[in-house]
Amino acid sequence: MAEETITLEVTRYRPREDREPRAQAFTVPYRKDWVVLDALNHIKDRVDGTLTYRWSCRMGVCGSCGMMVNGVPKLTCAAFLRDYLPGPIRVEPLAYFPVIRDLVVDIEDFMGKLRRVMPWIIRRTEQPLTAGEYRQTPAQLEAYKQFSMCINCMLCYAACPVYGLSPLFIGPAAIALGYRYNLDSRDEGYHLRQPILAEAVGVWQCTFVGECSAVCPKGVDPAAAIQRSKVAGAKDWFLSILLPRGGRS
Amino acid sequence: MSTRKTSEPFWWGLFSVGGVVAAFLVPVHLFIHGLAVPLGWIAFPHARMLALVGQPLVKVYLFVLIALPLYHWAHRFRFVLEDLGLHALRAPIAVGCYGSAVAGTVGTLWVLLRL
Repeated sequence: MAEETITLEVTRYRPREDREPRAQAFTVPYRKDWVVLDALNHIKDRVDGTLTYRWSCRMGVCGSCGMMVNGVPKLTCAAFLRDYLPGPIRVEPLAYFPVIRDLVVDIEDFMGKLRRVMPWIIRRTEQPLTAGEYRQTPAQLEAYKQFSMCINCMLCYAACPVYGLSPLFIGPAAIALGYRYNLDSRDEGYHLRQPILAEAVGVWQCTFVGECSAVCPKGVDPAAAIQRSKVAGAKDWFLSILLPRGGRS
Repeated sequence: MSTRKTSEPFWWGLFSVGGVVAAFLVPVHLFIHGLAVPLGWIAFPHARMLALVGQPLVKVYLFVLIALPLYHWAHRFRFVLEDLGLHALRAPIAVGCYGSAVAGTVGTLWVLLRL
């Protein structure tokens, strides 16, 4: 019996050689336990060693293998070939990001935005190590926990039409992570972080399409983080108008 | 405070409360005045309606009911147009949308005060 196969149409682009990205079809063995990443690895190992893409953990933790699979942002390590039968499967680099080569995109823009929202615990004064850890109740942990599940895979950016239209938009993941630290009971950096989330290219750009939350492979709800940051931002804004000291203690 | 740099929170705040009014109060009135009264399910004579509208508190209520959803519409419509790709026209779109809502607000006030 002939071996079952499936066809992948993979975007290829060589910098300085190709003017435009083009699709190249590869026919690979079909296995029901294979994911798109397995098929790409098969192509790289057996068919064309020049195929370039990012991957690492193969188990939905590292966030490096995000690509467009049939037009939808997916972690390719979690996109089973069996869900795309009979094929062909289109595999493209993440939408809205500049392509470096083949399926590898330039993530500098996102990394810069991530740094801007200061996704770390800020203290007015750091307590000495001898004072022990900053303690937290289970309820305080629960308040931000889902937003801390973000793995920076950037699928939400590739799903966000607003990011596609206005690249200055800070975007779903960075806002969700900034919001995560605003919610953290150990953090004292709201006054530094919130003005960045609430600037014109921050939460106000969002038109509540909601696709960011729909495509998140970790069940994070960036759309909720954005809407709640809007409420906080609007409250700060009205207080700053109404109260002499901007309503801040 | 740097959140003051942009007027977005102001418009979003109006969009937000306008959305609450549009979602919770407008359907009630659509049902009462659009279906129940014309179809005779409830009796609500015109004279009584007019007398009610003369009450100051009812006027305030009607102002909230009519004016705030205009800002909900303005904000949403502005972003629909921007999402459709009219990015170069951002400023005139914003002025047109919010301007229409402000005009509607003034018109509402004018009508209510004359009643």
